[in-house]
Amino acid sequence: MNVLSLRNVVKRYSNHVAVNNVSLDVPKGKIFGLLGPNGAGKTSMIRMITSITRADEGEIFIDGEKLNVNSPQVIGYLPEERGLYKKMKVGEQLLYLARLKGLSPREARTKLNGWLEKFEITSWWDKKVEELSKGMQQKVQFIATVVHDPKLMILDEPFSGLDPINTNLIKDEIHELNQKGTSIIFSTHRMEQVEQICEEIALINQGEIILQGNVEEIKAQNKPNRFKIAFDGNMPLDLLADSFSIVEDNDQSLTIQIQEGHNSNDLIKGLIDRGIVIKSYQEVLPTLNEIFINKVGHSNE
Amino acid sequence: MSNINLIIGREYWTRVKSKMFLLTTFLAPIALVVVYGILGYLMTRGSDQIKNISIIDNAGLTENINLEKNNLKFSIETKGLDALLADYTNGNIDGVIELPPLDSSTSKYDIIYHSDEALAIDEMVSIERLFSREVRNFKIKAFGIDQERLGQIDTDISIDPKNVKETEKEISSITSTVSSVLGGAVGTLLFFVILIFGSQVMRGVNEEKINRIVEVLISSVKPFELMLGKVVGIGLVGLTQFAIWAVLIAVISIGAFSFLGLGTSGMEELANNEVAQEMMADEGMKVQAQNIMNELGKINWGLIIPLYFFYFIAGHMLYASLFAAVGAAAGDDINEAQSLTTVVMLPLMAAFYVGIAAVSAPNSSVSVWASIIPITSPVVMPIRLANNPPLWEIGLSVLLCLLTVLFLIWLAARIYRVGILMYGKKASFKELGKWVFYKG
Repeated sequence: MNVLSLRNVVKRYSNHVAVNNVSLDVPKGKIFGLLGPNGAGKTSMIRMITSITRADEGEIFIDGEKLNVNSPQVIGYLPEERGLYKKMKVGEQLLYLARLKGLSPREARTKLNGWLEKFEITSWWDKKVEELSKGMQQKVQFIATVVHDPKLMILDEPFSGLDPINTNLIKDEIHELNQKGTSIIFSTHRMEQVEQICEEIALINQGEIILQGNVEEIKAQNKPNRFKIAFDGNMPLDLLADSFSIVEDNDQSLTIQIQEGHNSNDLIKGLIDRGIVIKSYQEVLPTLNEIFINKVGHSNE
Repeated sequence: MSNINLIIGREYWTRVKSKMFLLTTFLAPIALVVVYGILGYLMTRGSDQIKNISIIDNAGLTENINLEKNNLKFSIETKGLDALLADYTNGNIDGVIELPPLDSSTSKYDIIYHSDEALAIDEMVSIERLFSREVRNFKIKAFGIDQERLGQIDTDISIDPKNVKETEKEISSITSTVSSVLGGAVGTLLFFVILIFGSQVMRGVNEEKINRIVEVLISSVKPFELMLGKVVGIGLVGLTQFAIWAVLIAVISIGAFSFLGLGTSGMEELANNEVAQEMMADEGMKVQAQNIMNELGKINWGLIIPLYFFYFIAGHMLYASLFAAVGAAAGDDINEAQSLTTVVMLPLMAAFYVGIAAVSAPNSSVSVWASIIPITSPVVMPIRLANNPPLWEIGLSVLLCLLTVLFLIWLAARIYRVGILMYGKKASFKELGKWVFYKG
């Protein structure tokens, strides 16, 4: 079962196509990474999913249902550009935002108290937002995103501007919510963050999905057939000439690219035959960043 | 629908509970009443201190005068000026009035007041009036004019309009004056209120855009609901402020007058006051006051007051929606949107100026058209209302106004929904035109 499905979705702006015929499935209960450089179309996609804008073509399903007026109530959205009413008190503001998500006043109050206690910030209820530091405001924003127990949470660059302590706090919360069954879409251009957090990803560039699936599988499919070897003795250069090439050469360790038509056993055999003592032997897996560059042909930064 | 109620509630309560609102709502009428109270107090009490003033009469004007006037006590002295000035220096008297000889052909007569202490304004007025009457009598006698004939010489002329067609309404000579004053006051008030609360809407919208909360909000509610909620919420703040002002001014006025002992007896005192007396002395004035009350009674309040409210609400919705669109289109610096603000302000200013003209000429063709054309009608029609414009004009004006409000809310919402998500793009008119036709 998918918590979110996009079918041939298109979004055009006056001078460019922001989302070009995208189909995407986000499985329920997973942490899903939406990856791509700035301007790839991530935010445009999210804005359609959150009913902020409408798709020009195609269909969007939330939890099996076509996007409708009640859809926003099952989604929690933390935008990249986020803010609060500066002059409003924390409590009033959270109550207001919670009630806009369809909670009754009593429900909203109970849930908010729970969250404020969890973050140990109950004393903030009567504080004005402008009195809070930026990190504190981000906690308040996070609570506003999760207070109505959304089935699907969409976090757009959630860690931008957060200090390490708060980053870890939010990471822990994301994991905890996911354990409880909330599906999470995590949108970022920082690929290394996704590797730690997400199980599934979609890689987006220029409005199109160029890669989609399980992180481990993607890495396996895209591994470049490289091995890192540490050894004693001298590397016989004749071995390397035809079947293998050196990618990185350090003293007593090499990263070797195996050419097509050969496998790692050929390499080991060749090394052993020539009396080289192998100290360690490891396959090199690509980072998502490398896969991205490989696919797109340029760097994401 | 429940969302829009929530939005209206937030817009309303955060403003009504703010210090600024409390300050302007409660302090403004208190300040107003206090100022008027003090003025009234000073007018009725004047100076309490009794002043002894000696008069040297070289003109023979003091035969019939009253020797006591409020706090002034006069004594007619025959001693020379030097002796009286000695009295003044010793502190026995407060001043000396010297009346120089009077020539009946003179048109200017200077009385000299010897003192180091100037007279208060009301004292000066008392003395001037006293002698101006005596000089007049002196001249009447000198010219040998018959007092009775003189009384008959002045004629009060008024133009008495008479309806040609038979209507149930009698128009009297002061009808147009009363309705002009009423219309002018209401029109001016509406202009300022539409402007003030409209720009509040603009600033509110822009604030939401700048601090980026808008993206969170419109992932829960439709942009249209958000805009309409703000416009309506702030409109209600305006109505609340009126209501509180009306009640406060009434309560405080009554309270202040009774505190200053200006109840009914105070009113009599006011009537006995020299200045007021002079005003009321004219019998015509009393009749006039009576007429004004009659005229106010003749106005069809049952029709007019709901229409005032209609034009406030419609005018507010109309202009506040446009201001909301400007607030959404403007970037981080709202001053950059000066040209857009001007475009919204221009018709409102035009309405105000036509309105001023309509106060004196409520049935000129400019006034009539301006009160029907919807962009100016919320200010101009209320000005004309007290003049009983034909019902078809009112009906047409209301209908066009409603249609325009609906159209402009729609138009503003189209611009708003694109504008609030658009950052770093300069909002030119061409750009706004495109936004109106954006899909989704």
